[in-house]
Amino acid sequence: MQDIIIETIDAEYTYQNHDYPVMAVDGVSMSVRQGEFIVVLGRNGSGKSTFARLLNALITPDSGKVIVLGMDSAKEENTWEIRKNVGMIFQNPDNQIVGTTVVEDVAFGPENLGVPPAEIKKRVVQALRDVGIYALMERAPHMLSGGQKQKVAIAGVLAMKPSCIILDESTSMLDPIGRKEVLDAIVQLNKKENLTVIHITHHMDEACLADRVIVVENGRIVSQGTPSEVFSDVEKIEGLGLDVPQVTRLMYNLRKAGLVNETGIITVDQAAERLGRLLG
Amino acid sequence: MIKPRKGWAVSLDKIISMRNVNYTYMKNSPLEKQAVFDISLDVEKGEFLAIIGHTGSGKSTLVQHLNGLIKPDSGTITVAGMPTKGKGLKELRRKVGIVFQYPEHQLFEETIYKDIEFGLLKQGIEAKERERRVRETAAVLELSDEILAKSPYELSGGQKRRAAIAGILVLEPEILILDEPAAGLDPAGTRELFDIVTSLYKEKHITVILVSHSMELVAEYASRIIVMNEGRIVIDGSPGEIFMQAEYLEKIGLGVPQITKLMARLSEFCPGIRRDIFSVRAAETEIMRCLGGGK
Repeated sequence: MQDIIIETIDAEYTYQNHDYPVMAVDGVSMSVRQGEFIVVLGRNGSGKSTFARLLNALITPDSGKVIVLGMDSAKEENTWEIRKNVGMIFQNPDNQIVGTTVVEDVAFGPENLGVPPAEIKKRVVQALRDVGIYALMERAPHMLSGGQKQKVAIAGVLAMKPSCIILDESTSMLDPIGRKEVLDAIVQLNKKENLTVIHITHHMDEACLADRVIVVENGRIVSQGTPSEVFSDVEKIEGLGLDVPQVTRLMYNLRKAGLVNETGIITVDQAAERLGRLLG
Repeated sequence: MIKPRKGWAVSLDKIISMRNVNYTYMKNSPLEKQAVFDISLDVEKGEFLAIIGHTGSGKSTLVQHLNGLIKPDSGTITVAGMPTKGKGLKELRRKVGIVFQYPEHQLFEETIYKDIEFGLLKQGIEAKERERRVRETAAVLELSDEILAKSPYELSGGQKRRAAIAGILVLEPEILILDEPAAGLDPAGTRELFDIVTSLYKEKHITVILVSHSMELVAEYASRIIVMNEGRIVIDGSPGEIFMQAEYLEKIGLGVPQITKLMARLSEFCPGIRRDIFSVRAAETEIMRCLGGGK
């Protein structure tokens, strides 16, 4: 299919620790379509971050293949082109600052790619506008809030004009305001600019925003579908050490008590509508 | 003259008492910023207190006062019967254990065992007692002998977090302060950790102070919640009392549990429905009650 931008075929990756090897990704086959918003869930140590690193050639598979925009990640000549196209945002906002001002920080990526200065300027301004931090342009990044720092990091990736952005637990160190800021920014980029987003998180409320949720356990994909489909299987998700949204759990309990029939309710609106009919 | 406030009656069990505490960062510089304003707070021995507030609300500044890391510009503080300045600081810091965010970044020994033992060595505690305390603390935090023999690099995130907490707990503090202890942990790891903390509070009667912005967790575990905003305590009460003010909490940038939002919506259909609910189980019971009541 033409709109598939990333494809993995039986990808495997093992960490060669000195005393024992750990297989972190165990035969994953999946594909990502242009413009998709994917959330990856899984316990600590499930292999989700390793999987993300395979997607932008930070590591290459021991066996199987990772194909990004038609390029095989195992071929060294493709490495830079893949990393330019698949940008990665990490967990700690403080570890990703390179510039003394926001502008400098955002310009760092395209400068390294050898983009001409006039074009850099254009891209930086656009990126700052796209994530809503244009007004912070002259500020020192280390003086910003956690959410703002992560948005600077996102703008830095955008300035390289990627096809896809991966957020590896990028909201986990933020407070609710910071999380919302970052989420709003990536949802906007996804909807308006058709940017492909792969977001790794432990927050189930964030998963509810996705087009597709992928659940990883022991290096394998164990469940995937729309948020509503994935969270419908309450027992499976909880068995994997993950949570379902509170209202999903409530509706599940009420269904077991024979009061409602529906499954797959994940938002307060849906639950309020259904329970309103029950109570009204 | 100290201004009396609610709960001012002298109690022998009061483990923390703060009166009219003010603190300003970088005083007399262009970056001067007052972080806490006129804070008065009493904590009883054996409470499980949560302090919530968004980044910059003053909650971390507040807890750093409790073991003398920060000294107030004005006001008085007594913790475990001691002032937070002067000669007793060393003793105070033994009584007040603070686990900072991402404490596993501070693991440094070759093995987890040695790391937990470090504080005891510094205190000059003899070998047999050291071993007893390390083993006992490790058991509480569910760290097996196998884990104790490992290097911090070989542990999972959740194990490392528990090991770092063990290093504080082994000093047998009377007050345990945890700053965002669940940050970055998955839901199951978070629950494991909170269950352990809860058992410390219930069985060992340690006073626990939890600094967090995760409303769901706080509501489930704490017996009392203090909400901070712009350097001030704006609400102080039980979880139920706190969540009655859901709109205000959202206004000051705090998330409200889905269930609390849902109950507010349902009050439209069932006017008498309780809105001070934040857990799935309580919501279920309440919905059943409303259905049973003929409405």
